[in-house]
Amino acid sequence: MADVNSLTIADARDALRKGDLTATELTDACLGQVEAAGALNAFVHNTPDLARDQAKAADERIKAGDAPSMCGIPLGIKDLFCTKGVPSQAASNILDGFRPEYESTVSQKLLDAGSVMLGKLNMDEFAMGSSNETSTYGNAVNPWRRQGDAAQLTPGGSSGGSAAAVAADLCLAATGTDTGGSIRQPAAFTGIVGVKPTYGRCSRWGIVAFASSLDQAGPMTKTVRDAAIMLEAMCGHDPKDSTSADLPVPDFEAALTGDIKGKTIGIPAEYRMDGMPAEIEKLWADGTAMLKDAGAKIVDISLPHTKYALPAYYVIAPAEASSNLARYDGVRYGRRAKLAQGDGVTEMYEKTRAEGFGKEVQRRVMVGTYVLSAGFYDAYYNRARKVRALIKKDFDDAFASGVDAILTPATPSAAFGLGEMAAADPVQMYLNDVFTVTVNLAGLPGVAVPTGLDAQGLPLGLQLIGRPWEEADLLNTAYALESAAGFVSKPARWW
Amino acid sequence: MLDHLSYSEPKAKVISGAREDWELVIGMEVHAQVASKSKLFSGASTKFGSEPNSNVAFVDAAMPGMLPVINEFCVEQAVRTGLGLKAEINLFSAFDRKNYFYPDLPQGYQISQLYHPIVGEGEVIVDMGPGVARRVRIERIHLEQDAGKSIHDMDPHMSFVDLNRTGVALMEIVSRPDIRGPEEAAAYVTKLRQILRYLGTCDGNMQNGNLRADVNVSICRPGDYEKYRETGDFGHLGTRCEIKNMNSMRFIQQAIDYEARRQIALVEDGKQVVQETRLYDPDKGETRSMRSKEEAHDYRYFPDPDLLPLEIEQDWVDGIAATLPELPDQKKARFVTEFGLTEYDADVLTAEAESAAFFEEVAQGRDGKMAANWVINELFGRLKKEDHAITESPVSAAQLGGIVDLIAKGDISGKIAKDLFEIVYTEGGDPAKIVEDRGMKQVTDTGAIEAAVDEVIAANPAQVEKAKANPKLAGWFVGQVMKATGGKANPKAVNEIVSAKLGL
Amino acid sequence: MSIDTETARRVAKLARIKVEDADLPALASEFNAMLGFIEQLNEVDVEGVEPMTSVTPMRLKRREDGVTDGGMQDKVLSNAPDAREGFFAVPKVVE
Repeated sequence: MADVNSLTIADARDALRKGDLTATELTDACLGQVEAAGALNAFVHNTPDLARDQAKAADERIKAGDAPSMCGIPLGIKDLFCTKGVPSQAASNILDGFRPEYESTVSQKLLDAGSVMLGKLNMDEFAMGSSNETSTYGNAVNPWRRQGDAAQLTPGGSSGGSAAAVAADLCLAATGTDTGGSIRQPAAFTGIVGVKPTYGRCSRWGIVAFASSLDQAGPMTKTVRDAAIMLEAMCGHDPKDSTSADLPVPDFEAALTGDIKGKTIGIPAEYRMDGMPAEIEKLWADGTAMLKDAGAKIVDISLPHTKYALPAYYVIAPAEASSNLARYDGVRYGRRAKLAQGDGVTEMYEKTRAEGFGKEVQRRVMVGTYVLSAGFYDAYYNRARKVRALIKKDFDDAFASGVDAILTPATPSAAFGLGEMAAADPVQMYLNDVFTVTVNLAGLPGVAVPTGLDAQGLPLGLQLIGRPWEEADLLNTAYALESAAGFVSKPARWW
Repeated sequence: MLDHLSYSEPKAKVISGAREDWELVIGMEVHAQVASKSKLFSGASTKFGSEPNSNVAFVDAAMPGMLPVINEFCVEQAVRTGLGLKAEINLFSAFDRKNYFYPDLPQGYQISQLYHPIVGEGEVIVDMGPGVARRVRIERIHLEQDAGKSIHDMDPHMSFVDLNRTGVALMEIVSRPDIRGPEEAAAYVTKLRQILRYLGTCDGNMQNGNLRADVNVSICRPGDYEKYRETGDFGHLGTRCEIKNMNSMRFIQQAIDYEARRQIALVEDGKQVVQETRLYDPDKGETRSMRSKEEAHDYRYFPDPDLLPLEIEQDWVDGIAATLPELPDQKKARFVTEFGLTEYDADVLTAEAESAAFFEEVAQGRDGKMAANWVINELFGRLKKEDHAITESPVSAAQLGGIVDLIAKGDISGKIAKDLFEIVYTEGGDPAKIVEDRGMKQVTDTGAIEAAVDEVIAANPAQVEKAKANPKLAGWFVGQVMKATGGKANPKAVNEIVSAKLGL
Repeated sequence: MSIDTETARRVAKLARIKVEDADLPALASEFNAMLGFIEQLNEVDVEGVEPMTSVTPMRLKRREDGVTDGGMQDKVLSNAPDAREGFFAVPKVVE
C-alpha cells in the first residue's frame, strides 16, 4: 500500500485486521515522514525504537485476533503528557531533562489499546499560547500555506505540534489538550478534527497541569470517525483523578449514523462578533444550511454572558496556573539555575523560574499571583467564578430549551503568520480563543470540524458544542456536518 | 449520663508589670496528626522514622501531572474528633490551596480548608484542679497536609529535604482566645491530647511531632477580656504574636510566660507589639521573630481545583457518633458518682483510656475506693518507677482484683498485701494460691493471738506500766505482736486483744 | 486599577520570578493591559450568584486507608538536580 501514513485510523484498522498492512509497515512509514518533516518542527522528541517495539507487539496482537480499534495505530503525543522514561517537558525549559517515572493515564490507555507512540509533539509552553510560538523548542509550523505565499503560518496552539503532525500525515492522529481552545483552534487552523470532551471525561492524571478546572485531553484526528474511535480509547473513569467522572464510556463510533433528523441546533447571536470576517460569517451560514438540509431544526439562541468568557478565563486560568506552576522550583526535577556564591534558596527559586519559564508563562503566573493576592481575591477571582457560573447557566438554559447542539465558528480567522502577532499586546492573541473558551468554562464537549477554505486556500472550521456527557450525540452531528461539507483538501507538501 | 462534674472557672493569671497588672489572652492552633496508615491524598505510608524520601508517592513529591485523592479514613477521624469536642459537623466542606514557597513544600501550596472547614464550633473543658475548669471554645477543625522536613545541620552550605512527612493528614484544631495563662495552655493541650487519644484519632506523640501547637499570645488590662467576651470585639485585646510549632508542654508554658513579659515590657515602655510569627528557643528561654515567614505572608488561598467539595451524609456522621467511646469528662463524672472516688483519683484514673479500663475491671464487683487506691498507689507507682505503660503491666486487672479480694475477706493484711503484690508483680501467679502456698494467710485465731500478746506483755513489764499511764503506747505492743507473728496476725484482732489485756 | 512598578516588583517576588529593575515598567504596563481587559467583569451583575465550585457536579471519590504507594526513593530522586544521601539538596535555608 502506498502512502499508508495518510490513512485514517478507521481505514488503517481495517487494513491491519485484513492483513493488508502491518503495524510495523505503518509505523515505519510514519517514522520516515517524521524524519523528513523537520521543517514543521512538530515532533520534538522522537521515539523510533519504542515505536517499532510497540508496532511489533501490535502485530502480534492483531495476529492473535485480539486487536482493539487503536491497535497498531501510530500516534504523536503532545509534550504535555508525561510518558514514562521519555522526555516530557511541556515545551518548557524549566522541565529540561525531565523523564517521568510514570505514564499518564490517557497515554497509558492508548498504549493498552495497542497504539504506537512515534514521539512527543511540540506545543506552547505549558499549553499557554494560541500559536505555538511560546515553545522552548521553537515554533511548530503549519503545513498549510497561503496560495502563492511561502510565509510560514502558525498551526495554532497550544496543541500546534499535534495539529501540524496530523495535517501533514506524519502520524494517523495525535493527542491534544484543551484549556481554552488548544485542541479546537489548531484543528481549525490545519483542517483536521479536534475534540474537547466534557470536563471529567478524560483523566488529567499525568498530564502537566495548566488550569486544573479547565484542562481536558482529547483526540486530534483526520476525521470525525477517527475522533470517535480514539476518544473511546482515551477516556473513562480514573480513580487517580478526583475530577474524573465515573460514567460508562459509550461506543462513540457506533453512534455515527449521520442521521440528525429532528435534532435542534442552536445558533448563538452573541457569537456574531463585530468585525467578523465575511468568510467566517459565510462559513457559519453554510454550515447552518448543511445541518438544516440534513434534517435538523435551526433555532436562534442567546448566550448573554459570552462577552465575559475571555476576561473570566484570563482570571481563572492564570490564577490556577500560578499555583500549579509553583512546583517548578528547581528542587526535585527539571532545571535549576546556576547559582552565584552566597545565593540562598530564594535566589534559587527566582533565578530558576526566571530562566526556566518563557515570557508568556511568566506573565500569566504573575497575573495569576496578582489576582489571588490579598485584597483582590473577591474583586477578581471570586467575581470570575461567579461569571463562570453565569456562563454555564447560559448553556444550561439553552439545552433546557431543547437545543441538542450549538453551532459556532471555531476561530475568528484562518491561520495567521508566525511572528505576525509579535508586536500586538497579549490580549490580541487571547482573542483567538473567543469562540472556544466558553466551552471550557462551562465544562462542555466541543468539536472543531473542517468545513471550508478561505480565499487564500487556508482551512477554516466550525465548532459544535454539545450537552455534557453527550459526546456520542455531538460526534454524530459533527459527522453529519463533515459529510455535508465534504472537506477533503490537504496541504501541498513543501517540507 | 453526666457529661461533666460541676465546676467553676479559674481566675485569669495576672502578671505584674513595672507599672500595672496585666492579664494574658491565649488562643491555640493545635496540629494533630491523624492516626492513619497512609497520607491524606496519597497511598504512601505515614510511618515515622523511615529512610528519607521512602514514604513518598509521586503526588507527594509534586511530580508534574500528579493529583490528590482523599483518604476517607482521615475524613472520618476529623468528624470523630469534631463529635468528641461536641462540635458542629459541616456536611459541606472544601479544600483550598495555601500558596507559599518552601523547599519542604513540594507543590508550592499546602492543601488545607480555609473557607469551609469540616468541623465548626465545639468546646474543650480544661480541668485545672478539683471543681475548677476552663471552658475553651473551639472555633473550627480543618484537615490539611503536613509539610516535609528540612535538615539544616548535615552540611555547611546545603539544606537537605526529606518528604516522608509531606502530605500526612493533620487536623488543625483552632481554639478561641479563651485560655488565660501558661498553665491553662499546657492543661488545654493535655486535655485535648487526652480526648484525641480516647477517640483514637491521633496518637498524641509530641516527641515525634504528631501533636504540635501554635500559640497566639496577647496581653490586656484586667477587665478588658470580659469586654471582649461581651462584645466579640477583638479591639479590647492587645496585638497578638504567634509562637510556632511547640511540641512540649514545658516549652509551651515557658514560651508564653516569656512572650507575655516581653509584650508587657514593650507596652509599658510606650512601644507597640508587632503582630508577627515568633519561634521559641528553649536553650535561651526566649522567643524571637521569624522574619523570613513575614515577607511572604500573602498565601493567596483559593479553592483547590483538583478536588471537588467534600460532601458527607448525616447518616454517615450518625454512624460515627454511634461508635464514639465514653470520653474523659463523662468517665470521670461516672467514676465519682458510681465508685465514690474523689475527683482527684478519678482524674488520675481517666488520664488514659487504658488505665480507666484497667481500673474498671479491678473495681468490678469490689469496693471502688479500695480498687482505686490499689491501682493508683501500688500499681501506677510501681509502673512509673520502671517507666512502664499500663498496657505493659505485669499484673493483670484480674490479679490485682484477686489481691483486693483477699484483703476484703480479711485473709491478708494490708501489709502482707503489699508483699503479695510484689510477688505477683515480679513472679506472676494467682494471688489466692500464692497466699495459700506460702502460708501468708493472716492469723485470725484469737487463741494464737492471745498467746502472742500474753508473751509480749510478760516479757515487757516496764512497757506495760507506761502504756497503762499513756494508752497511746499500746501501739508498741501491737507492733511487737505483729513482728512475733510474722505480720500474719489480723491487726484489728491484735489491737482489740492488746487493749483488753492491758485493761485500756 | 493601575499597577505601578512597585506592585510589579512585589508580585514578581511573590511569584518567585526574578525580574530586573529595568524590566519592571514594561511588566507593569503588560499587567495593566491584562487587568484592563479583565476589568470588563465589573460590568456583570453577579448579585446573588454563587461562585462555581466544580464545573461537573459529582460526589468526591474517597480512597480507603492503606499503604499502596511509596517505597521508591530512587524513582522519587531520579530527576533531582541535586540529591545526596537520599535527600533533595538545596542551598541552605536560613530560619
